Amino acid sequence: MTLSDMLNIALMQGFAGLSLFSVLLLMGLGLAIIFGQMGVINMAHGEFMTIGAYTIFMLSTFTEAKWPDLLPFYFPVAILVAFALAFIAGWVVEWALIRHLYRRPLDTLLATWGLSLALQQSFRSFIGPKEVSPTLPDWMMGSWAPAEGLDIPINGLFVMGLTLLVTGIVMLALYRSRWGLRVRATVSNRTMANAIGIDTRRTDRLTFAIGCGIAGVAGAAFTTIGSTGPTSGSLYIVDAFLVVTFGGAASLLGTVASAFGIAQTQSISEFFITGSMAKVLTLSLIVLILMIRPQGLFAARLRH
Amino acid sequence: MSNDSHDNAPSLSRRRLIQGMAALPLGGLAGAAFAQAHPTAKVNTTGLAVTDKEVVVGQLHSSTGTMAISETGSIQAEQLAIDQINAAGGVLGRTIRVIKEDGASDWPTFAEKARKLLVNDHVATVFGCWTSASRKAVLPIFEKENGLLYYPTFYEGLEQSKNVIYTGQEATQQILYGLDWGAKEKGAKTVFLVGSDYIWPRTSMKIARKHIENFQKGKVVGEEYYPLGHTNFNSLINKIKIAKPDCIFAAVVGGSNVAFYKQLKAAGITGNKQFLLTLSLTEDEMLGVGGENFAGFYSSMKYFQSLDNPNNRKFVEAFKAKYGPKSVIGDVTQAGYLGPWLWKAAVERARSFDVDKVVAASPGIELPTAPEGYVKVHANHHLWSKSRIAQGQPDGTFKVVAESPQLIEPNPFPKGYQ
Repeated sequence: MTLSDMLNIALMQGFAGLSLFSVLLLMGLGLAIIFGQMGVINMAHGEFMTIGAYTIFMLSTFTEAKWPDLLPFYFPVAILVAFALAFIAGWVVEWALIRHLYRRPLDTLLATWGLSLALQQSFRSFIGPKEVSPTLPDWMMGSWAPAEGLDIPINGLFVMGLTLLVTGIVMLALYRSRWGLRVRATVSNRTMANAIGIDTRRTDRLTFAIGCGIAGVAGAAFTTIGSTGPTSGSLYIVDAFLVVTFGGAASLLGTVASAFGIAQTQSISEFFITGSMAKVLTLSLIVLILMIRPQGLFAARLRH
Repeated sequence: MSNDSHDNAPSLSRRRLIQGMAALPLGGLAGAAFAQAHPTAKVNTTGLAVTDKEVVVGQLHSSTGTMAISETGSIQAEQLAIDQINAAGGVLGRTIRVIKEDGASDWPTFAEKARKLLVNDHVATVFGCWTSASRKAVLPIFEKENGLLYYPTFYEGLEQSKNVIYTGQEATQQILYGLDWGAKEKGAKTVFLVGSDYIWPRTSMKIARKHIENFQKGKVVGEEYYPLGHTNFNSLINKIKIAKPDCIFAAVVGGSNVAFYKQLKAAGITGNKQFLLTLSLTEDEMLGVGGENFAGFYSSMKYFQSLDNPNNRKFVEAFKAKYGPKSVIGDVTQAGYLGPWLWKAAVERARSFDVDKVVAASPGIELPTAPEGYVKVHANHHLWSKSRIAQGQPDGTFKVVAESPQLIEPNPFPKGYQ
């Protein structure tokens, strides 16, 4: 093994960590809004990701059948559709289920878990039990090789770019827009926010739907790295909660930091020890840190 | 063989008469009476759900939950076989009626439903289970209640029960031929083992390692297991790039499987640069993985849908006619299809539905009509079968490139491999 080989591996390994970081961040982002800002434990979050993923699959099948010429271009449009569908689904779920349960967190847990099982079985019955993969545009497949022996996965780059974009938009919206102002006001003091004329119910619904929409985008992005099946969502939900809880529930910056920390620990330890042991190590570290800092990495300063 | 005894429903006295005749030690008479010589009282002495017209069997798979992805194929293939048997006159003149139970991907549920099928429904046999975990959960019940299970999945071996017939391959049948082929045809001396972290991949890789190190004098340059559902393989891929193995030997399952191949391709490891042989990719998994991600890699199985023989052409045609032109048939689906046929043959040889007699008649049962080609039941309840290597094509089909010259003897307790 030459020096340049080692350099290449180090670069690719660094990219692997960053790529896992963007995946975890994208997973956690929607949940950070719903769980972090609204305090709703949404066990069906993974299924909203699955909705996004199936949207991509259906649009790819549709494009392939009707306009095969457009295959290289459908993906960005499909991501927007995935957002829209998950957004609508979230809006409906908030209206039908969540709004009745705001003061009963344990019941929310149970209700959304039930919703998650119901959605999984619907996917299985109406779409099919087998795992599917959309046909991806050619430009998204394979690797970018700037030098001999150095392969950077293009799908990884794509997910990374998308994550940066979505995180940027969420940050901007939360701290620079009217909606963000209303959300933050509602989070820090619901009664007072109501009293000064903020429609907190409307804010809740919009916030929940946006969180679900982002989950849809995440699901759409994950079709480039994994497959989609009725239970795909349950693979992501644990990691998503882990990222949000570890980061400190109410802090978006915490979510970013925790996704980065978990991804780097996981990815680096996976390189030096075996995969299963790396998972053990990462989870033990998280448990240890949460024992010392139960509020997570970044605690939000709330006035009560 | 058609037997119409249920059409003219013999009266009790007439049935007694026939019994008496059949009992006569006169070859000619017994032969002449054969068509009606299977009165219920005689073919069923242990209180199974067998009447003059029908025989009840159970089917126990997951049609809901995580495993529904994999088990649907087995459910369909077993049903197809049963329909075909019924259309040809049933078993000992009796139509097969199926009681379907859903194990719901949950092992205690499998155990509960197995008990229900055996104790309440008195089924003559059960076709079912997919994962080893579900089989282990129902095994004590089948042994205690003396039931009979036809199990379709290729699995890790190290098991043999009087009450189970294993229609898939055990580990050595699937692994050794593949490794030998790789060493001979691809010159594979260094091997990197990758698997999901549970009993089947771990046992299979243990056998593979012993074979590579002790029998092939090759070298294992890495052995890695990842939790079920793991979807990030970039670090592993970098480790593989450092180790530069001649062969990647993989047993990754479920959603991880898809992520593994997508990321291999994204990292520039493709079929034209790297030899990869897997134990866990059938036509079913290919739907999720996508042909373009597996193109050029190899899979080791006993059955591929593209096998070119008259039995298989008929089977594929019948399957697609029943379940749609887009349906695919993987290794386990075909093994599921063998179950009802093997059971029918054993029952007819035993001339009885009694589990003990069917079990006793099973070793040596031959099935020349199997889609995979001729198979035979071994005394250890596994099947003699051939192994095949096929290469993935960009359109998601498999091209069979090698086939073991002889049937491989099943050896669930291989010496020197434990």
